[in-house]
Amino acid sequence: MTHPDREEERQLSANRLLRDDTKFASGKIAFFQYVMVAIFLFLVTGFWDLQIRYPEVYQERAERNSIKSIPVLAPRGKILDRDGRVIVDNHSSFSLFLSREDLKMEHLKPIAEGLSLDYDALVARVHRFQTRGAPQYEPIMIKDELTPAELAFVESHKDPDTFPELEVIHVQRRLYPRDGLAAHAIGYVGEVSEVELNTPEFARFHQGDVIGKDGIERQYNDTLMGVDGQRRVEVDSFGNQRRLPEDEDKDKEAVPGKNLQLTIDLDLQAVAELAMENRRGAVVAIDPRNGEVLAMVSRPAFDPNLFASRIRSKDWKELIDNKDHPLLNRAIQAQQAPGSTFKPMMALAGLETGVINDNFIIHCPGGATFYNHYYACHLKGGHGTVELHKGIVQSCDVFFYNVGNRLGIDRIAEYADKVGLGHKTGIDLPHEAEGIVPSTKWKIRNFREKWYAGETISVAIGQGATTVTPIQLANYVGGLAIGGMWFQPHMTKETPIPPARRVEFNPDNIRKVIDGMYGVVNEGGTGGRARIPGIEVCGKTGTAQLASREVLKSAKAAGENMKANAWFVGFAPRDNPEIVVAALWENGEEGPWVAPIVRDVLKAYFDKKVRLGEPRPQIAGIPRLLTPTAASEPANP
Amino acid sequence: MQGYRSLRDFDWPMVILASAICSLGVLQIFSATHDTAWAGAWWKQVVWILAGFIAMWFATLIDYHTLLGQIPILYSLSVATLIGTFAFGMTAFHSRRWIGTTSLHLQVSEFVKLVIVLLVARYMTELKTERLELLDLLKLGGLVGLPMALVMLQPDLGTALTYLPILAAGIFVAGLRWQYAVAILVIVALVMPVGYFFVLKDYQKARLVSFLDANQDPKGSGYQVIQSKIAVGSGALWGRGVTKGTQTQGRFLPVPHKDFIFSAFAEEHGFVGVIVVLGLYFLLLMQIVQNAQTAPDRAGMYICMGIATVLLFHVLVNVGMVVGRMPVTGIPLPLMSYGGSNILAAFLMLGLVNNVRLRRFVN
Repeated sequence: MTHPDREEERQLSANRLLRDDTKFASGKIAFFQYVMVAIFLFLVTGFWDLQIRYPEVYQERAERNSIKSIPVLAPRGKILDRDGRVIVDNHSSFSLFLSREDLKMEHLKPIAEGLSLDYDALVARVHRFQTRGAPQYEPIMIKDELTPAELAFVESHKDPDTFPELEVIHVQRRLYPRDGLAAHAIGYVGEVSEVELNTPEFARFHQGDVIGKDGIERQYNDTLMGVDGQRRVEVDSFGNQRRLPEDEDKDKEAVPGKNLQLTIDLDLQAVAELAMENRRGAVVAIDPRNGEVLAMVSRPAFDPNLFASRIRSKDWKELIDNKDHPLLNRAIQAQQAPGSTFKPMMALAGLETGVINDNFIIHCPGGATFYNHYYACHLKGGHGTVELHKGIVQSCDVFFYNVGNRLGIDRIAEYADKVGLGHKTGIDLPHEAEGIVPSTKWKIRNFREKWYAGETISVAIGQGATTVTPIQLANYVGGLAIGGMWFQPHMTKETPIPPARRVEFNPDNIRKVIDGMYGVVNEGGTGGRARIPGIEVCGKTGTAQLASREVLKSAKAAGENMKANAWFVGFAPRDNPEIVVAALWENGEEGPWVAPIVRDVLKAYFDKKVRLGEPRPQIAGIPRLLTPTAASEPANP
Repeated sequence: MQGYRSLRDFDWPMVILASAICSLGVLQIFSATHDTAWAGAWWKQVVWILAGFIAMWFATLIDYHTLLGQIPILYSLSVATLIGTFAFGMTAFHSRRWIGTTSLHLQVSEFVKLVIVLLVARYMTELKTERLELLDLLKLGGLVGLPMALVMLQPDLGTALTYLPILAAGIFVAGLRWQYAVAILVIVALVMPVGYFFVLKDYQKARLVSFLDANQDPKGSGYQVIQSKIAVGSGALWGRGVTKGTQTQGRFLPVPHKDFIFSAFAEEHGFVGVIVVLGLYFLLLMQIVQNAQTAPDRAGMYICMGIATVLLFHVLVNVGMVVGRMPVTGIPLPLMSYGGSNILAAFLMLGLVNNVRLRRFVN
């Protein structure tokens, strides 16, 4: 500043500043101050609008920005056998969800390619969720059981710049026994379908819910299914989790489903499964004293694990197209002619109505003619002189043709109905079949035709229009075995069941029938293969032809499998029976051949009792029937 | 001329107000960056503020008349540096604005503001006539327009626009025939659409469009405004607390320690905090205007008014943007936003104001 040039320069410029009077500007400066006040007021009103007038709007939007709801899926309850052993468990797996808040349709293609999903199916699925109007925070499950490779793909692509909608959630997935053990009884779970959502039964579920689709899983879905919860996390704009929000009370805990204890005995179930081998058919074991189902097998079986959340269409097609219908639970859905297993009921009906008695004897020459039609006995040579006991033991058709002819169709139907045939047993499983016990009414209702007396002859030996299900058969024989009392068959320990249905039969008559069934197994009858030394097994075989003999001949020529269905129903012990087992082998040809299956299950039952230290049932000289009062209080085995 | 500059004459209220604003800025920078890659920005800002005080001291020392005398050199230097920046400067965010290294760089256009302030002050004081004549107006417009055009080419429309209010304030104070004023308005009205279609880049157009209707493109250019309004609104009366604002902490808010620092502040400190800070700015500006009123000569008055105007413009545009009442232009909030150039330029301006004040009893 002391530099002479600078000093000179400054002087010069100072000279140029001729008018240093600033008064002229004071008005303008004041005006500027007003402008300043206006500008600040303008700004303050901006904050007033946002922060004082509508803060809730923006607080809510800030929360929507930063709070992300993550579903916490409730695990389903386990399914246990009667001893508390686990039949159906869960296992941990990772499922991939699409978060709908961040979803961009154009991302679906690369995502589908990266995870080898079907693109069209994925798009359809996303559309379904969106049109269904599910809450926005509910994400869409697109793949379960992620493999490590798929997890790696997701982890490396879930950043906000690539596919922020990807979300991996830890889920508890259903784990069923391998080899389809008890598959039909247990059923399976699956995602609720579009069609189901439109029905009242399923309307309360949400798109994407995994629910019981069949069997126990469906029947007891409400018990087994938990309530999904949701967890809220605070995220940043990149989708990274920052911390838990302070108001944790808005989180919803997942409520796990309750465990369900079945009446099924895994030991018996396993034996029955093994005994069936690969035969097409069913086995049902019931405790007649209380209706508890101890084992239920249907073959061919399927692997319920295929369904555990979503079944692949290829697997589904295979199951549906299989001509053996593996999804059918034959134990409660196969409706087949009972054949000779119908005869104990016929015998009882004959005795109760008085159309036969101890002195009723017929001669079996190997067939008989009724109403101008010849009806053959299964034994071509004939049984000779036959009374009731021999009739049951040898399963003489001619004997029962006569009984049936004397009873008439409507009395047959009446007694069949009394022992529980021709209508649902009421077991706690979905889709139970009814079976058919024909009657004059039935024929008019279904065919608008009158009943011909000749038709009665076939019905008398469990043929004709008559059909039953394995569970009905087991139920009918079991109720008869305990003296005429029927408990509703059921699958779980906890379910309340209606009181036993009692039918007043003459105990002597019942005893005669049971003695006959004892003879079937132990006196050289048709069920000798069911004999177990030391245990009084009673039973009845059944061989149900699928068509008349004439049709059979032509079918055989055509090479079709028209082999007869083989039945066996047995219970033990004769006194105070504890277990009744019915077995059906479709196209098994001869009833006696299926008896060993029943024997195996009965033997396993009593062997287990021995193993547990319980005494074998005493062999009584004279069969004693349970008195109705004693039986009305079911004892635990 | 010398020797009446004692510390006692310093404009302490102004310095205290500026320090208070800077402190709140540092607090907010800390809060917005504490768990990010930018953590530590707050102490860099402290260093810049200390450097700012030194710069202010220097700006106070040299008599502003001397500075006015050097305007031709300063102006030439500015233009040359702007061209240099354009040719050799660093590129960041698709724009060349900085000179220096990546760790230490300065935004030249921020400092050119000071030169423009001095230029306008000198030009106005040297007027021979009572009022601005057309020729003077065109000459001054050209002088301001050249650096402005260079800055626009960087491209940095926001900073370039800050030169205009300085010019406008000078013209306003100097006085203008109303015919000219009308003529200018008409020309501006005609030039604006032309500028929109031929000068503005696409992103700038998008910013303007989204300013008019932010919801038109909520994920794109409207995003910043929407997120900023959400941040401000969710702060409500008392704010969500330091480091507690989800918009700021979750990085929904763009650059919450720079251009959108006031949005972050409003979220975490609420309406009450906003009133306090806006109050501080208001008092600071009033203090500067008061210095204009008591300036010893016209040159000093023009300097103070130029500085008051440019600071007011910054506050208006930045804070207005935060509440969605101004388009997004990307100019920082003086004394608060993170950044060395911003802080240094602001303190240099305050230094100039002090400079004028310290010489008010002379002559």
